[in-house]
Amino acid sequence: MPVVQVEGVRKSFGAVEVLKGIDLTVERGEVIAIIGRSGSGKSTLLRCINGLEGIQAGRIEVSGHKLDASGRGLRDLRKDVGIVFQSYNLFPHLRVGENIMLAPRVVLGVGKAEARQRAEEALAEVGLAERFEAWPDNLSGGQQQRVAIARSLAMKPKVMLFDEVTSALDPELTGEVLQTMERLAQHGMTMLLVTHEMAFARRVATQTIFMHQGKVWEVGPSERIFGAPQTPELRQFLGTGLK
Amino acid sequence: MIRTFSESEFLFIVSSARWTLLLTLLSLLLGGLLGFIVALARTSQLAPLRMLAAGWIGMIQGIPVLMLLFLSYYGLSMGGVDMPPIVAASVSMAIYASAYLGEIWRGSIQSVAWQQWEASAALAMSRAQQYRYVILPQAVRIAVAPTVGFIVQLVKNTSIVSIIGVVELARAGNLVNNATFAPFKVFGTVAAVYFIICWPISLLARRLEGKLNARRSG
Ligand SMILES: Nc1ncnc2c1ncn2[C@@H]1O[C@H](COP(=O)(O)OP(=O)(O)O)[C@@H](O)[C@H]1O
Ligand SMILES: [Mg+2]
Repeated sequence: MPVVQVEGVRKSFGAVEVLKGIDLTVERGEVIAIIGRSGSGKSTLLRCINGLEGIQAGRIEVSGHKLDASGRGLRDLRKDVGIVFQSYNLFPHLRVGENIMLAPRVVLGVGKAEARQRAEEALAEVGLAERFEAWPDNLSGGQQQRVAIARSLAMKPKVMLFDEVTSALDPELTGEVLQTMERLAQHGMTMLLVTHEMAFARRVATQTIFMHQGKVWEVGPSERIFGAPQTPELRQFLGTGLK
Repeated sequence: MIRTFSESEFLFIVSSARWTLLLTLLSLLLGGLLGFIVALARTSQLAPLRMLAAGWIGMIQGIPVLMLLFLSYYGLSMGGVDMPPIVAASVSMAIYASAYLGEIWRGSIQSVAWQQWEASAALAMSRAQQYRYVILPQAVRIAVAPTVGFIVQLVKNTSIVSIIGVVELARAGNLVNNATFAPFKVFGTVAAVYFIICWPISLLARRLEGKLNARRSG
């Protein structure tokens, strides 16, 4: 059974339809990149998959949790879906370790010792094991983003969503975050990532989806999407710079 | 007969400050509790609750405290409730405080970055958990300064309850002045006592704020 199944999803903001019937399937262990112009609906799609935005039509199912227009079952679904945004949004009043332990403790009801162990493991996974006691404000942007990733990982999600997680970072800090994501992929994490880092998508993603005007315009193995784009829109997108 | 401003007059003024303090304390506790509920209702996802809270804040802020005082004093006693003036005074000051504290705290809650709501929602937290663990701890930091500013105002505003016969600090000053005609000594003393009440509150607030800020980058 696929981890994520999206069928005929439509989403409007007011009168503007932003997602115009999206179908997509993510199998266990797959890494799928989503590329496309600004405004093509990439972020909205990710936000719909973990229920931060409601949908008007269609069906979303994540590891057995169904999401429809009614919005029921939202919290159960979110326990299985990690999402990391462009801005890190760490909780500034909590130390790094506390940031990571909070949700496992209060949402999953995990005991203190286990929460701590989860946090230490997650921090080690993003290469920040020694920053457990640090304050978020004292970390670089790249480190904060890696903590945000660890905070999601500690929930032991079935799938991780990444929305342009390196876009707010200075160029010299994007590398460490991309490396972290690549390591996650190698460790078998199922991932759906919106990115402008084309070389990264091509190398790490098994499949790449090109979104255009609220639709899945072209989809296929990353090698083919980048090596032999079929539609003029994708060719133009890849040709005219990557913004 | 004119009395002199002596030790007993001085002590009378100082000891009447206990009513000022009691009144401040009662209206803070009661008004704080009510104000907290008002702030939560004001930031609720339920539109009727938001409107109710907005209506409360708008109404109370639009009425002079003096009218609240008369309404609770005469209103309740006409309704057959025989109430000591200090109770009517506390009730009206608490109602007054609830609207202002509710508004201050609404602002504090709303000035926490909206991404904090989103990040905590994405971690599957319930609305109550978001408030408890993410939003309110940050809102408190923002709320300290304006809340203390309001408390100091409240201390000073308690003087109006002298109108319904509560002999608190300001009223005591008046009484002593009428007997001694030593306004500089009398009201100098009264002012000094108000200052001695308010100064530590501001001081405490500054320390608290410093501590809260140190904690996030220490
Ligand atoms: N909360 C919102 N309210 C109204 N319109 C929105 C909202 N979020 C996104 N949109 C619109 O939806 C479209 C798709 O946005 P988005 O999903 O952010 O695209 P992308 O991530 O591909 O740049 C854009 O036209 C954007 O203006
Ligand atoms: Mg986007």
